[in-house]
Amino acid sequence: MKTGFDPRMVRQDFPFFSSREQPYHYLDNAATAQMHAAAFEAMHRHDLENRANVMRGNHRLAERATTAYESARQVVARFINAAHASEIVFTGGTTAAINLVAASLGSQWKPGDEVVVSQAEHHSNLLPWQALQARGIVLRVLPLQVDGCLETEALATLIGPRCKLVAVTHASNVTGAVTDVAAVVAAARQVGAWVLLDGAQRVQHGPLDVQALGCDFYAFSGHKCFGPSGIGVLWGQAAWLDRMPPFLRGGGMVGRVEPDQADWAPAPRRFEAGTPPITQAVGLAAVLEALMQWDWDAVHAHEAALQQLLLQGLQALPGLRLLGPVDGTARLPLASFSLAELHPHDLCQVLDGQGVAVRGGHHCAQPLMAHFGVEASVRASLACYNDRSDVDALLAGLVHAREVLA
Amino acid sequence: MSDALYQQAIKNLARAAHGAGRLEIPDGSALRDNPLCGDRVRMEITRHDGMISTLGHDTRGCLLCRASASLIGRHAIGQDQAGIQAAQQALEQLLTQPDPPAALPWPELALFVPAHPFPSRHGCVLLPFQTLLAALKDSDDNA
Repeated sequence: MKTGFDPRMVRQDFPFFSSREQPYHYLDNAATAQMHAAAFEAMHRHDLENRANVMRGNHRLAERATTAYESARQVVARFINAAHASEIVFTGGTTAAINLVAASLGSQWKPGDEVVVSQAEHHSNLLPWQALQARGIVLRVLPLQVDGCLETEALATLIGPRCKLVAVTHASNVTGAVTDVAAVVAAARQVGAWVLLDGAQRVQHGPLDVQALGCDFYAFSGHKCFGPSGIGVLWGQAAWLDRMPPFLRGGGMVGRVEPDQADWAPAPRRFEAGTPPITQAVGLAAVLEALMQWDWDAVHAHEAALQQLLLQGLQALPGLRLLGPVDGTARLPLASFSLAELHPHDLCQVLDGQGVAVRGGHHCAQPLMAHFGVEASVRASLACYNDRSDVDALLAGLVHAREVLA
Repeated sequence: MSDALYQQAIKNLARAAHGAGRLEIPDGSALRDNPLCGDRVRMEITRHDGMISTLGHDTRGCLLCRASASLIGRHAIGQDQAGIQAAQQALEQLLTQPDPPAALPWPELALFVPAHPFPSRHGCVLLPFQTLLAALKDSDDNA
């Protein structure tokens, strides 16, 4: 493992930055992070040398593709410290992973069974559970503190004996607040409920330990952690995955098929119907291997220092309202805010003209926006390759935007 | 480049908020959202002989959306459905086509030409027109 961290050196591993003729301050990493060179190279090499379908053929290309695909599963397992690679299901993304769990588990639940989510969830971790209400499943929503953090003290009363699963974000895509997972898991275990964590935002900030987290399911996307789009991961405890029915049905996920019935392959294959995102899995594995070589204590120190600059700079702007905790609560290096009465889309438009990319909108978290009493906000999200010049450009851009829009 | 979008004339148009308000008894109404940002436009109209006789809109949106709604408030009275459709089609053309229309039914539509390079903002500009056309259809349905 390398020691220390220099964002200027890390930028050299991201072709995006060297491809720009003009400096561009990319602060929309919570939506999609730039792709690491290792992913580009691995995917190019795979499609050039090993392109074939997996778990079907026995010619040499098929063998190599299958080996690469299954090796990718092992790399992901190491990145999140899963007990075994068979607990890794490749999906199309976080959304697909959560829909898989909701549809599969939901098909086994009975009317009156309950699932708990929070009001801070991304729509991807809300709508799949909402849909189960049509089958009589009861959706309970954990309220939030004023600053948007989960009101974990309410869990004890919210989680009843019919609760089957608690599905919450590991870290909010709007406020960056990191969930007190231990409190959620402890409350769920009181009634024997499972816990699913939406890790879409957290995964960009270093290797994980799902066993230490104590959850039952964990979902994340490749494009959020410097990998390709079109691939995501569902991790589930092996004992649970093997008890779950498939979500999608098709090729590659069966034991035996007869005209009027079929049985299913063991997990993870039973959840990977059709041709999976093979090249993307290879790319994801390559970038996760690279990330595992980083000194993450140093990366986190860099991110924390930048976040401090960002929050202090934003709070110094008259009329700026920061959404989310500012009291030292653990949070990812991102900030959502409103500025006076200026519309987020107008702010983002002017900032883009200044070479600063941020996101404006409701961030697919409309219930959380409602909690804050706003329709939309601007979000600046930092990644490891950002530096002080990016924060300075944002702050200067906001001053300029205020003049342009006045 | 994007600063040109926010020229003084378009800011003035948005702030003027022509036609802002609600009608007591509309003949037709519609409510539309922008799924990207949660912006919302409500249009209410009354009609006489097919022409829009009164109009009120409640617009919660970005500067471009509010300018567009204000433009409707300035010009829609006395227009029939064909007139509104012609204005919307001209607007769509100047937003999406390389060359703007030779003639614009409402001259201030030209204020939105700088939005041409920004497809993600076209929905902001068009939302009030789409809402008004839905309100016209609603009044037809209620007739």
